[in-house]
Amino acid sequence: MSHPNREQLDALAQEQLAAYGGRKLGVKERLAIPAQDMPTQDPAERVLNMSEVATGYTDAQVVVESLRCLQCANAPCVKGCPVRIDIPRFIARAAEGDYAGSVAVIKESSMLPAICGRVCPQEAQCQLTCTVGKSLKSIDKAVNIGRIERFVADWESEHNARKNPEIAAPTGKKVGVVGSGPASMTAAADLRRAGHEVVMFEALHKAGGVLVYGIPEFRLPKSIVQEELDALYAMGVKIERNFLVGRTAKVTDLMEREGFDALFLGTGAGLPKFLNVEGENLIGVFSANEYLTRSNLMRAYDRNKAGTPLYGSHKVAVFGGGNVAMDAARTARRLGAEEVTIVYRRTGEEMPARREEVAHAKEEGVAFLYLHAPLKIVGDEKGRVSNVELITCELGEPDASGRRSPIEIPGSEAMHEFDTVIVAIGNDSNPLIEKTTKGLDVNRRGNIIVDEETCATSMKGVYAGGDIVLGAATVILAMGQGRKAAKAMNAFLADGGATA
Amino acid sequence: MFTILDKRKLSAEVFRMEILAPNIARERKAGQFVILQQGGDYAERIPLTIADADPEKGSVTIVFQAVGEATHSLGMLEPGDSIENVLGPLGQPTHIEKYGKVVCVGGGVGVAPMHPIAQALKQAGNDVRIIIGARNKDLVILEEEMQAIASELTICTDDGSYGRKALVTEPLKELCETWKPDLVVAIGPPIMMKFCTATTRPFGVPTVVSLNTIMIDGTGMCGGCRVSINGKTKFVCVDGPEFDAFAVDWDNLLMRLGTYKPQEQEAHHRCHIGLQIKEGEA
Repeated sequence: MSHPNREQLDALAQEQLAAYGGRKLGVKERLAIPAQDMPTQDPAERVLNMSEVATGYTDAQVVVESLRCLQCANAPCVKGCPVRIDIPRFIARAAEGDYAGSVAVIKESSMLPAICGRVCPQEAQCQLTCTVGKSLKSIDKAVNIGRIERFVADWESEHNARKNPEIAAPTGKKVGVVGSGPASMTAAADLRRAGHEVVMFEALHKAGGVLVYGIPEFRLPKSIVQEELDALYAMGVKIERNFLVGRTAKVTDLMEREGFDALFLGTGAGLPKFLNVEGENLIGVFSANEYLTRSNLMRAYDRNKAGTPLYGSHKVAVFGGGNVAMDAARTARRLGAEEVTIVYRRTGEEMPARREEVAHAKEEGVAFLYLHAPLKIVGDEKGRVSNVELITCELGEPDASGRRSPIEIPGSEAMHEFDTVIVAIGNDSNPLIEKTTKGLDVNRRGNIIVDEETCATSMKGVYAGGDIVLGAATVILAMGQGRKAAKAMNAFLADGGATA
Repeated sequence: MFTILDKRKLSAEVFRMEILAPNIARERKAGQFVILQQGGDYAERIPLTIADADPEKGSVTIVFQAVGEATHSLGMLEPGDSIENVLGPLGQPTHIEKYGKVVCVGGGVGVAPMHPIAQALKQAGNDVRIIIGARNKDLVILEEEMQAIASELTICTDDGSYGRKALVTEPLKELCETWKPDLVVAIGPPIMMKFCTATTRPFGVPTVVSLNTIMIDGTGMCGGCRVSINGKTKFVCVDGPEFDAFAVDWDNLLMRLGTYKPQEQEAHHRCHIGLQIKEGEA
């Protein structure tokens, strides 16, 4: 199949626009409009660069796609959205070409549409419940809500149409936001808008959290994250980089000594899990966090400029089936590995990664080895990975997660040749804050326990949200919690700190 | 930005720098480290143990050897210049208590992080003897400072240009035989620490080492610094940097330190060309 380019997709959309645009459409007509494909870089070219894979809808495409929306009165899509964006309303504006109006509707509920439009798992959220998809009996035919969201958000930034939100009069209260990922960015914006002094603390030398160190450029350009951060700074949010709360200062120091009236903890899930098999500390075994951080944050992909080295890989095994595994595999391809294989214990059906990411990985030549689990990593005489022993699995009964659990088949062990192993099986929560903060309650997994409605922790004035509460989750859920916490914090601060 | 207050050249390739970093100076305890990043977006992050701190002045002191691209460019900075990023204090502080008789072994630039530890051990009432090891006379650092702490100071050089012509393990073995210390603390090149461990093990003297591994963030996020301790994987950045020397899998540690050797050699060559340093001079 040849790869349709942007011009071809746009020409098709122009024809469709001529047929369907500028008149009132019935349900049948709307259902007949074909779903718009996302223009993407040609796979053969894009494995040689780090630029964004999906290049975004054209004007004609976004209007045609928006015309597919049935404007359902019961709006099942909104119920599928963790932050309840008024989806039919923003799509209606986009269909009229009123992109400024469209993005304004989104921003009533979501701070970061350019980011969420790119990285949200829409097929498991708003698009899962879309009536169009249901009527056409295919999730792939649901209205591409995320792509429309991305278009209008990009339009706003390309046309310098961003409006700085109004900031309330100074309240004299000082609020700390710990971490600078999506939960913290959202909380910081909402807290600042209420007129509080807001200081964000980031341990790394660059803000943005997982959006910067974890998600690769080809999926989320760093300039987009930077634009959101710049907007926060323009609002008056201060940033303290190189500040690791728990070490540089403790939570209690900030509250008692440094005069913070409230804190939001959005530190993320930052402790990589390993496989727990023999040979895991051989040379050439990396956590996905390390592999991606080297390439993304430290920019090691640019070998001529970067001081941070990259491991020379030819045959890479990536363990895991989530988006991070896809990111690592696709990064490995771009860094020059000829053979990259995702090794997953279950089948493609159970794989938690977004379908789009899986499809992109496949287009880029990433191989998928399902129903295999690692037993042992073997090294050569220099301690460098040379082989991985895998065992074949079959699917048994569903486990606690509702997915059918893999059962190893005795006698099916076999050696497979690899020179690099990347472990992408998730993160535990980083225990630093918990260990250095007396009175902060966490659950058995180390996640901070919060009130569901307010995100308040067991400590008065201290709130938490994002992955440190949820375990490794999604950007939109983190954002939703940041917003919820900020609302409760604003009420707490308005109350003079009387209610916790 | 972190302003450099003072810079001294301790030997041909070893620098001591005092940096204004009030938050780190206030919190830091003996044994902890910082991560520096200097030279823009593309620069490497490098972990360095804190050699000293002055909470009142708000400064921390680092001692480093210009061995790679990052440390070379750090060494080019002067007082008044700033370092873009300094994160810390990281890691667990040294456990200080009264053990009785303690031998501190510092090798090369490892003498610098040993200094505050030896000082703290002495303050806790220990009788501290110190062994300093270096390749040659020019590379011996902090002799006076260590002399002030130690009840006995032994200096060894590989080439005999100063002190004893010996490896640090020789006097260490003698002390184990005759003085019978209650604790040995060794900080220096990993190979030195490995052999110190082999020296003290037969005597059963509890031995602590401070490990400096490959590391990126220093907060537990990347896991690049993992070491095998009694067969269990630990992170140097959050569980360490100090460990029971007898529990460390030294061969694995030494092996992992060589992960990027081919890339580093190439970068070293490249940076020497960039800085117009002839190969072999630094």
